[in-house]
Amino acid sequence: MQQGVSWEYLVGHANYWLFVLLMMTGLYIVVARGNFVKKVIGLNMFQSAVIMLYISMGKVAGGTAPIFPIHGEIDPATVYTNPLPHVLMLTAIVVGIATTSLALALIVRIREEYGTIEEQGIWEAEQEIAARERRQYGEVFGEGSQ
Amino acid sequence: MAVRTRSLFALAMLSGGFSLVSAALFVALDAVDVAFTEAAVGAGISTVLMLGTLALTSRYERAPAHKPWLPLFVVTVTGAALIYGTLDMPDFGDPNAPAMRHVMPEYLERIPHEIGVPNIVTAILASYRGYDTMGETAVVFTAGIGVVALLAALARRRRRGEEEES
Repeated sequence: MQQGVSWEYLVGHANYWLFVLLMMTGLYIVVARGNFVKKVIGLNMFQSAVIMLYISMGKVAGGTAPIFPIHGEIDPATVYTNPLPHVLMLTAIVVGIATTSLALALIVRIREEYGTIEEQGIWEAEQEIAARERRQYGEVFGEGSQ
Repeated sequence: MAVRTRSLFALAMLSGGFSLVSAALFVALDAVDVAFTEAAVGAGISTVLMLGTLALTSRYERAPAHKPWLPLFVVTVTGAALIYGTLDMPDFGDPNAPAMRHVMPEYLERIPHEIGVPNIVTAILASYRGYDTMGETAVVFTAGIGVVALLAALARRRRRGEEEES
């Protein structure tokens, strides 16, 4: 960094920046859109970006997939890509699909309970329930005139 | 496009395609095990689950109620912070990066005579990190129980609801 920004530096870091862009797209969907299915997809995008970031950190230039030849000697000159990120990200993918399926099941349940899968719709339904309860119990608590 | 579309069906299809493309990217990055897990799980199971959810709920999104400026600002600041964090990272494909010099050479040296499985990823996943993988199956099992508990009585409740209405 001290010797100024070179072309190699830019190319060597473009992968991280692309994944950050993808991650932020996912985060934007989660934060800005109200539909729950869409939020889950945004979360999945975020997760994929993290996985890609780790996998790209393990890549060695000129390396090959980390599998030894079955027959014959292992050539010490062969360069293998780092297998440790692959192992960790395999776990992450499987746990990710487990949480995604749980989230989708929750969405189905929410739809059954509220009749909507939008944040805004659930807020309106809650307001309605609160208003009804105020009407019902308002006299007991002394605020029935509202 | 995936951000703006309001048709959730198109969105589910796009996310399946995205998984397939990312699987191709993993092959290009030498991560073949991750690639076929992503293709099976991301493009296959996940898309099926999405479509099932859409069939049980609704297929269109309501128009957003508020302006997107605050989320855009939050996302821009977070992204800038993350990019600032990557400035010290090693270059892409650098064989002298810290991730390559720590325990990885030792694994490569020990796996052929300790485990004897040609696929290094399998050897680490099932042997050296066996407890971790067992914990992972516990997580998947718990999630499965959760899904069943949430959805098991769905059909019965629906039938009862229809009887009450009629």
